[in-house]
Amino acid sequence: MTFHDILLQQVINGLSLGAMYSLLALGFTMVYGIIELINFAHFNVFMVGSFIAMFVLEGIGLRGQARVLTGVPLVNALVLAFGITMLVSGLIGVAIERTALRPMRHVKGTAAMITTIGISYILFNVILLTVGAQAQNYPNPLPAGTWHLGGAVLRLREVLLWVVSLALMAALHVFVRRTKMGKAMRATAQDQEAARMMGVEVDQVVMLTFFIGSALAGAAGLIFGLYYNYTSFLIGYQAGLRAFTAAVLGGIGNIVGAMLGGLVIGLIESVGGQLLAVRWTDVIIFSILIAVLVFRPAGLLGLSTPQRS
Amino acid sequence: MTSSARILDGRPLLEFRDVDTYYGELHVLKRVHYEIRAGEIVCLLGGNASGKSTTMKTVLGIVRPTRGTVLYRGEPINHLSTSERVRRGIAPVPEARRLFPRMTVYENLEMGAFTRTDPASIQEDLERVYSLFPRVKERRGQLAGTLSGGEQQMVAIGRALMARPSLLCMDEPSMGLSPAFVEQVFDIIQEINRQGTTIFVVEQNANMALSIATRGYVLQAGQVVLSGTARELRENEMIRHAYLGEIKTA
Repeated sequence: MTFHDILLQQVINGLSLGAMYSLLALGFTMVYGIIELINFAHFNVFMVGSFIAMFVLEGIGLRGQARVLTGVPLVNALVLAFGITMLVSGLIGVAIERTALRPMRHVKGTAAMITTIGISYILFNVILLTVGAQAQNYPNPLPAGTWHLGGAVLRLREVLLWVVSLALMAALHVFVRRTKMGKAMRATAQDQEAARMMGVEVDQVVMLTFFIGSALAGAAGLIFGLYYNYTSFLIGYQAGLRAFTAAVLGGIGNIVGAMLGGLVIGLIESVGGQLLAVRWTDVIIFSILIAVLVFRPAGLLGLSTPQRS
Repeated sequence: MTSSARILDGRPLLEFRDVDTYYGELHVLKRVHYEIRAGEIVCLLGGNASGKSTTMKTVLGIVRPTRGTVLYRGEPINHLSTSERVRRGIAPVPEARRLFPRMTVYENLEMGAFTRTDPASIQEDLERVYSLFPRVKERRGQLAGTLSGGEQQMVAIGRALMARPSLLCMDEPSMGLSPAFVEQVFDIIQEINRQGTTIFVVEQNANMALSIATRGYVLQAGQVVLSGTARELRENEMIRHAYLGEIKTA
């Protein structure tokens, strides 16, 4: 393999990681955009999502990687797994908002953020105590087709995961840009009181935001399992912090920024790990987090239009 | 725009009965009484921190009265959410305009019609706003945050009209605008009123406000200290001294 092949291979890997981080970063950025809250429970909604999806896939008779599906059965299995996972994860997000965060909405300071850390630990321990600490072999029906691009290998399953991620992000983009509720969401993010004066029910918008963000985190959890062929109660922390960095990098509150930030972090993780050494990737990623916070706190796609004159 | 005078049988469109409003410990409105009849332009005058903006927020349900009743079309609305009030025909032009800066002018207008569901009548009102403000039509694809103050005020008024309101609540519509523009805004307020919308306007520019208003109230430290027709208020010694005089020498 030439250096170019290796680089290409790492770009492919980076895009896969990046797609997952993007989906996860969207939940952080959307919730922050609406209620200026960093939701640390989001890490573990992602983790729980990967378990929900695992149960669904096992429920339709898949165990480990032995059984491969193609054609219509594969599409059905994926639609079912993504559908149920996103629905249940979304509802978990709504439940978190309703029970723990809404009562804190008018409490000033960091109380709500600390609450999300508490919820994160609850989710973490629920999985630890019910499923156990051992890593779980992930049911994976994706076929093992590959393409060779020079020395680099592009796996069919990666392309499938890219397609799913892109479709979800495109759907979100259209929702936010074109639909009435999507516009209400943007309006609420820009000026909550003014949105209320237009007749927007802000509580509904907040709930919807948690639902969508958590549903995307659940989808990312399923993608994690299908990509790595395992899941564990521990996966939330590392992926979550990287996705959070992606959200900050893109400009927290900025949806397109989160998508691009996720891709950049994914590429830095894989290509940076290749050029330096894998053990340095965390150092690189979190140095970026700090550099962005110090030098460009609004993020790379920080708001360039004036707020209000 | 339909006039609501017929169904009201002489009852006020909006009425405050002995309303007290608090911000935490702070007693902002003190046993306040207003009556706004369909078809009127009623102005609310007062200095800083007199309770003018709180009055507007109380009409819209952003702030709830501690005591007293707010009636709309003769019905108490204390318990109604802001969105329900908008649905029933109360629309705001908020202080400092409060446009959605990173949405286009068109999207801002759409947000004004958020509670409405009939696309045909929404389109009609959009055309009406465009004919009232040709400038807004020119700028419809632009982000609202990039407009000048005057253009933003036009969009804010247009956005409120998109709710097809019976009662338009305007908080300091002249604030931050050049004198020529202030005059234009007040002409438009009169025009909107002629087309059948009742207007409740809070204003620092007493001279301007009284020149177009039917009646007015003067608020001081949360209490109504004076009320009457616009002519009575213009001729009142205290008003001339405290409000109109200041404007003339400014």
